[in-house]
Amino acid sequence: MSKLSNFNLRDTGAAIWAGWSRPVRTVFVIAVVVIIGLVPFAPKWGPTSFLNTPITSFENVLVYPVGMFVLMALGLNIVVGKSGLLDLGYIAFFAIGAYTQAIMSTLHGWNTWEILPFGIMFAMLSGVLLGLPALRLRGDYLAIITLGFGEIVRIVALNLSVTGGPNGIAGIPNPPTIFGFEFNLLFPEHFFWLVLSMILLVIWMIRRFTVRRPGRAWEAIRQDEDVAALMGVNTLIYKLWSFVIGAAVAGAAGVIYASKVMVISPDMFKFDVSILILACVVFGGIGNIWGVVLGASILAYLPERIRFISDARQVIFGLVLIIMMNLRPDGLLPRKKREKIQEKRTM
Amino acid sequence: MNFSVVTSQFWSLALQGLALGLIYSLVSLGYTMVYGVLRLINFANSEVFMLGTFTVVWIEIHFLNHPVASEPLTGIELIYTLVIALVGSMIACAVLAVLVEIVAYRRLRSRGASRLASLISAIGVSIFLMESMRMYTESRPQTAPRLLEKWSFGEIAGANFRIDTMLAIVAPIIIFVILDRFVTKSRLGKAIRAVSMSEENAKLMGIDINRVISMTFLIGGLTTGAAAFLYTTVYENTVFNVGFNMGIAAFTAAVLGGIGNLRGAFYGGLALGMLEQFASAILGSQWKAVTVFVVLVLVLLFKPSGLFGEAVQQTRT
Repeated sequence: MSKLSNFNLRDTGAAIWAGWSRPVRTVFVIAVVVIIGLVPFAPKWGPTSFLNTPITSFENVLVYPVGMFVLMALGLNIVVGKSGLLDLGYIAFFAIGAYTQAIMSTLHGWNTWEILPFGIMFAMLSGVLLGLPALRLRGDYLAIITLGFGEIVRIVALNLSVTGGPNGIAGIPNPPTIFGFEFNLLFPEHFFWLVLSMILLVIWMIRRFTVRRPGRAWEAIRQDEDVAALMGVNTLIYKLWSFVIGAAVAGAAGVIYASKVMVISPDMFKFDVSILILACVVFGGIGNIWGVVLGASILAYLPERIRFISDARQVIFGLVLIIMMNLRPDGLLPRKKREKIQEKRTM
Repeated sequence: MNFSVVTSQFWSLALQGLALGLIYSLVSLGYTMVYGVLRLINFANSEVFMLGTFTVVWIEIHFLNHPVASEPLTGIELIYTLVIALVGSMIACAVLAVLVEIVAYRRLRSRGASRLASLISAIGVSIFLMESMRMYTESRPQTAPRLLEKWSFGEIAGANFRIDTMLAIVAPIIIFVILDRFVTKSRLGKAIRAVSMSEENAKLMGIDINRVISMTFLIGGLTTGAAAFLYTTVYENTVFNVGFNMGIAAFTAAVLGGIGNLRGAFYGGLALGMLEQFASAILGSQWKAVTVFVVLVLVLLFKPSGLFGEAVQQTRT
């Protein structure tokens, strides 16, 4: 067991990656993307048919929960993993994106691509509104405020007439055809490819941020906020940025989600989902993109795969969380050791 | 918006708020004590409360043979039923809380894992307990037998001093006084406070950290068990997810009063209970949670250490 916990796949992988030349890296990335792009067809192909999910169709599971969870876990990772802010109400931004899509498409007849920037904008705006007061507070206070915000968004959606109350909003149109890809019930894999490209975009964005000024500021804030402030980092601004960028990712995910499922209701945006996404981040390896992707894929896919045992699946899910955290407290793929300094102090 | 209820039913609302608030403060002790020593939100505490309510119902129906439809009890029988249910619930919750500590926290703590890892394993325990209970009860709410005949001491200024409301007010106050004395005077209480001030220094003074943490969970479990008993007696039903809202409310109460601070939890619970009662009377019960959180945000904005300050501010980093 000690071998299991000492083996660091992340550092091994990073070492192999560093040894490759540019063309090899390009070929590898393209090959991986193509393989992942082919995953929706996996159940139809003999050797991988065990992947098929018993109740919901596999392609739909790949979009929600798997794809959406990966997307949101990546967004939450910016907040929790990069700058060390505990956000327990992340689903609120997803809900804001989804309701933006639902309201603007059913009331004003806009299409998804026109609404997408607005969904992102509204999510960012609410991120600023929540972040400005809340980010002055530390640690667990931030956790409870974000938790409260998540509940407030859900309760407001539950009680306003424009959001349809507990029934939610039905008849949300699918996105119109773009680049020759049709989006409707017949082509769930197109949604998957859309989500996949969004995931790639977010990964690219996070990697760019990490090596630039905001990334370094977040890292400093996470390790010790007082020291960061003393070194001249404007901590409130950078914390706000990480919060708002995280919100933007969730908002975009929400817009696509609403136009995929066509019906949304406040029930979909409960506190459990926020917790589940946080679990994805920590389970996979907080702060590490690949760990987060892996963790979110497993935690989103597993309950669907074992849905045949229906009621017991959540119990097993709870057990998996306990056992995994006890065996590998830093997650499946932990971040680099040097980045783990004094995590206890800041979070 | 209905402000007239404030004038017409002020005392009635205040009394109900008091009873609800004191139940909140008992549960929030489970959060605030654990937070004091571990600096962790004990997410599984809400499920400890949930199992406590089911224990109370089980003791009343199966152990004491007092089925749901039977007549309220009187005299000596009533007293021993109440006492056995209370003690049983407290013991069950205390044992469960200690188990939670061993399963979810101890191993992670000994390995120096990050706080988020412990948070997730506590959430795992919480999901496990809640979903097990969901399967066991098949999602059906469980009605508790009526023990107390709902007779009233009388009405003062429109407030109905009913026996169960009075019980929910008097019992927590007694528990709080005992606990406050215990934490300030006893050896173990001093050890708990020492650990919450500085774990390393406490260790150097020869305090067994693991034992103190176990005892803290035990005490948190005892008060949560008492709260579960009072909740079941007053509201007379329970369901597998009863812990969720109670947990959020109790944690909010703990933060409102200044987390890590015993008296803060007491006043925070009171404030929250009152606030909920008045907010739901004025704005309608659907806006109750929103009001509570808006107030919480405002309090934290202007007084970030909570209404009554943290007990151990100097150690927070």
